[in-house]
Amino acid sequence: MIDARIRKSFPGGKDSAPFTLDIEFKSSARTAVLFGPSGAGKTLTLDAIAGFVHPDEGRILVDDALLFDGAAGVRLPPQKRHCGYVFQNYALFPHMTLRENLAFAAEGLPRLERRRRVGEMLDLFLLADLAGRRPHELSGGQKQRCSIARALIAEPKLLLLDEPARGLDPQLRSALYAALADVRTKFKPQILLVTHDLDECFELGDEMFILDGGRLVQSGAPLDILQRPAAPSVAQLLGRGNILSAEILTLDPARNTSRLRCACGDSHFEIAGQYMPGHLIGDRISLYVRPEQLQALPRAADTAAPALELVRVSERPDGVRLHFRGEITVQMERAAYEGVKHNKDWVVRFRPETLIVLE
Amino acid sequence: MGIDWFPLWLSLRVAALSTLIGLGAGLWIAWLLAAREFRGKAVLSSLVTLPLVLPPTVLGYYLLVLLGRNSIIGSVWERIFGAPLVFTWQAAVVAAIVHSAPLLIESARAALESVDHSHERAARSLGASEWRVFWKVSLPLAWNSILAATALAFARSLGDFGVTIMLAGNIPGRTQTVAVAIYDAVESGQGATARILVLVISALALAVLSVANRVGRIDFGRAGG
Repeated sequence: MIDARIRKSFPGGKDSAPFTLDIEFKSSARTAVLFGPSGAGKTLTLDAIAGFVHPDEGRILVDDALLFDGAAGVRLPPQKRHCGYVFQNYALFPHMTLRENLAFAAEGLPRLERRRRVGEMLDLFLLADLAGRRPHELSGGQKQRCSIARALIAEPKLLLLDEPARGLDPQLRSALYAALADVRTKFKPQILLVTHDLDECFELGDEMFILDGGRLVQSGAPLDILQRPAAPSVAQLLGRGNILSAEILTLDPARNTSRLRCACGDSHFEIAGQYMPGHLIGDRISLYVRPEQLQALPRAADTAAPALELVRVSERPDGVRLHFRGEITVQMERAAYEGVKHNKDWVVRFRPETLIVLE
Repeated sequence: MGIDWFPLWLSLRVAALSTLIGLGAGLWIAWLLAAREFRGKAVLSSLVTLPLVLPPTVLGYYLLVLLGRNSIIGSVWERIFGAPLVFTWQAAVVAAIVHSAPLLIESARAALESVDHSHERAARSLGASEWRVFWKVSLPLAWNSILAATALAFARSLGDFGVTIMLAGNIPGRTQTVAVAIYDAVESGQGATARILVLVISALALAVLSVANRVGRIDFGRAGG
């Protein structure tokens, strides 16, 4: 379990803007993910937990151990925090072989036990044949496995990973995910991982915390967040949804319906929505809808749906994306698109139950 | 023609000893400056650099005041060893340390500062004490640059003139180092002796420089680490 409240300000200098990290989060998920754009304060959060950076104020608890308490003056040094840290550059000691790198971390154990542990980890992480090599003789994937093994050998309570998949090609990425899944089953520590890759959040995260500009903007299970982003900024960070600004024209609680006028560039169109509790007629709201929940059809198929101008079509590994004027994107299956690809006039069908109001 | 080789041996002995002492104390100061935050750090940093910019005679004067027979350190020394420190070969060692250690400290500090801090952080997060982090991680990673700087410091100790002559004097057979002996030889018209000593010192300095260059370039494929 990790429970952290961290506040740290940087006044900003000649070539850096002032920055304040001010977050509070708590997680007992096996794998928690800090997600956000570069400069959101993700790595700083990890560094504060590991003890490399001291917050101005706050409190950090891992399991029941108090690592930092600004008010009480508790500042455990990194050595006593039992946090394994896997650095973005792996930080393997270049002057030591892999075996020596692991042995360095096992220094606290009795000699025989140390040898056994190091051997065990080398086997487990498929490094036994490379044990005598120095880090510069290894591939990125091998270095990363070694770095994870080294962090685990000290039996940390919490394993911190900073952008573990950065710079790995897709094959190594899936190998990493498999290795981490293995770590979760074979080792105790809770994992806290930093990434700016949404796929990784889904692949690894049980719970996700979204950071933006030094603040926590939303937390929850990855799927819940994707389905219900709490704010336009979150939807933008997730990067896969359409955000529409709309005005409420009618509201009918009895039939659970509403009528909405959406602004689309310099023109407007009207769509049907569900009843929106807590909103009044005339309110301006932001709507979020994911591309795969929209349907693009030839105009003849649905005359009630708004007609939109198709700007371009892009290929994606999982289908085809149709980009309409007003930054509305629709995702279609490739087969479905093949059938209508010569169509000129399009409508986009919005299903009322898929529209999410962003606060 | 008989050349007195004593000044050369004395210089080598003084240089070796001063480099050794300078390295021991210098590493510690370099580590303080590179890795620690404390009050008076800027002052210490300036004090360390000062000998590089002050005229040697000024340094020599300060040392005479600090270590002379009437000073506290000088009188303590005299009580322990039964003879004054100034105008002995040990004084030449002190002079050489003051002359060469600043270079060593500055280079070692730069070398320690340039070690990728993620390695030190990793070591700490793995539970290593600060002592172990220094000996097992920081120092080995900075070692080549420090060794190169040590070689340069050795060469510099070998060539000190001003501080040595102020503090240790010019007593042939006792405190006359090569640099002083060359000056003496030129002054007294012994051109041949001066020439030979100059050539020997130049060759030695050149050799040390090439060693320094070579060790300075070795690394462990650090970029890949």
